Amino acid sequence: MRFLASSILRRVAHAVPALIGIALIAFVLLSLAPGDLVDILAADGAVQDDVTAAQLRAQYGLDQPVIVQALYYLRDVARLDLGFSPIHGLPVADLIFDRLPATILLMMSSILLAVIVGVSLGLISGRNVNTWRDVVASVFAALFFAAPSFWVGLMLMVGFSIKLGWLPVSGMVTIGADYGPLGRVLDTCTHLVLPTAALGLFYAAIYARVMRSAVLQVSVMDFVETARAKGVPERAITLRHVLGNAILPVVTLVGLQMGTVLAGSVVIEQVFSWPGVGTLLFDAVMARNLSIVMGVLILGSILVVISNLVIDILYYWLDPRIQIQ
Amino acid sequence: MMSAPLSTFRHRFARNRAGMAGLVVVGLVTIAALVAPLFYPGDPLRSVASPEIWPFIDARFPLGTDALGRDIAAIMFHGARTTIVIGLTASLVASVIGTTIGSLAGYYGGLVDDLLMRVAEMFQIIPHLVFLIALVAVLGPRVDVVVIGIGMVSWNSMARLVRAEFMTLKHREFVLAARAVGMSNVRIILREILPNALPPTVILASLIVGGAVLFEAALSFLGLSDPTIASWGRLIGEGRSLIRTSWYIAAIPGVGILLTVLSLNLIGDALTDALNPRISIPTDDR
Repeated sequence: MRFLASSILRRVAHAVPALIGIALIAFVLLSLAPGDLVDILAADGAVQDDVTAAQLRAQYGLDQPVIVQALYYLRDVARLDLGFSPIHGLPVADLIFDRLPATILLMMSSILLAVIVGVSLGLISGRNVNTWRDVVASVFAALFFAAPSFWVGLMLMVGFSIKLGWLPVSGMVTIGADYGPLGRVLDTCTHLVLPTAALGLFYAAIYARVMRSAVLQVSVMDFVETARAKGVPERAITLRHVLGNAILPVVTLVGLQMGTVLAGSVVIEQVFSWPGVGTLLFDAVMARNLSIVMGVLILGSILVVISNLVIDILYYWLDPRIQIQ
Repeated sequence: MMSAPLSTFRHRFARNRAGMAGLVVVGLVTIAALVAPLFYPGDPLRSVASPEIWPFIDARFPLGTDALGRDIAAIMFHGARTTIVIGLTASLVASVIGTTIGSLAGYYGGLVDDLLMRVAEMFQIIPHLVFLIALVAVLGPRVDVVVIGIGMVSWNSMARLVRAEFMTLKHREFVLAARAVGMSNVRIILREILPNALPPTVILASLIVGGAVLFEAALSFLGLSDPTIASWGRLIGEGRSLIRTSWYIAAIPGVGILLTVLSLNLIGDALTDALNPRISIPTDDR
């Protein structure tokens, strides 16, 4: 446990400068944008005269040197104060936190699908190298590794929603329907299937590739030979000895890819009108509401850091050996 | 370092059927990109016929027309240009950034390494597509912004690979010899180590091109790329509104992206097999 605590501390110590850097990137981008907050208010007619404009600039610290403004911005970000959205009449952080559960639900279900499908396929092809099973699994992996996830989503939508009518086309719940508590969960699940498949199958393809080569490496190790010599059935060798060791690189990869899963869900949300952070981000870009855009960038990065910590703990639990290193 | 002479390498690559198929497809896409202005002169984004003609019905429009009566085949040919040019230039940007940071970190080590790897970590944490969207939201949907943005989020694996190569190569005799004769650090990095560190990066570059093509497709799908340029991703995005009736509009360009990226990956796999390097290529950058 002490090892785990120190490794988490080290990761946090690494993450803090990275997050400060990301906040500075957001600050630079915001200051590159033409016009400041007061200009925007003036364009809306909220600020009429120069005196008020100057007062407002002083109030928001916009008359200060850039370095001071950057420090103000960092201070605000540290307090999770990401600005105010005049269109919504709400703080940006509240808007994002409001949409976050939907996005996290989509991310979690996609990663779960990716790990289950990817690990199974990798295990099957790695334990049956150069058989038809291996070929089928490898072709699947090659195809979904190359296909844009949003296009896979659209094609799944054409097949399963429009032609077959099995699954809903878009949204997270059926609008205007009342199914009771259990029915609502089921309703959300049916809405979740296609977005999860579109996002998850891409990562399933990556995990299948990585798992296959990990299985090949583990399969020739001494402890596998020992198990076989003891007369352990092949099936038990695969499940008990190979799986647990070969899955470790996949777990590492899941941690590394959190950011890309989050970004992928931004596009998939757009395809399926999923009411998450991605839809909020896209609408904000269209309305040129930059404080929301930068808020998503910063909170998204924080989310990646937190999920990396979770993966660290998971890794420690899966492989207690790492405390020796 | 390359373990076999070039002819053996070429022979080994040619034996890989999937890799050769990939090379053929990438070659065809490149030819399509080159001949686009000859086959389909003029603006591919102008209306030329009635909307929603299905593929294989009208011989003049073999791939049909979209919602605005634009020739899908013309958009596919001109879109190949966009895909190839943005894919190549963005991965060139990524390779230059990644090689520079990787060689400096690997050669000097210590504080320089620590500092540069912190920067790399930052770009590992930042959600790539969200960063690209933010960049385009601020600077506008311009091609140069898209190319540099994709380059900025794609260099991480290259930097780590080059850094690892430098860390092993800098202790080899030929580097020690160069240092002994008083060669400057810059010359050692550029003339001695870099040429030896490059072969494995070729494989990674082909994967980075594939990733860049997918980034460009996603951005233009969201309508965040230059609207005056024909693009496969943009056509998918525009085909969405007619997905119930004319799903082929979104389907066709997707097949183009799928085949291009698949071929680039197959080439990368074949290069890995042919060079048979001891390194493992990281695949975590998308």
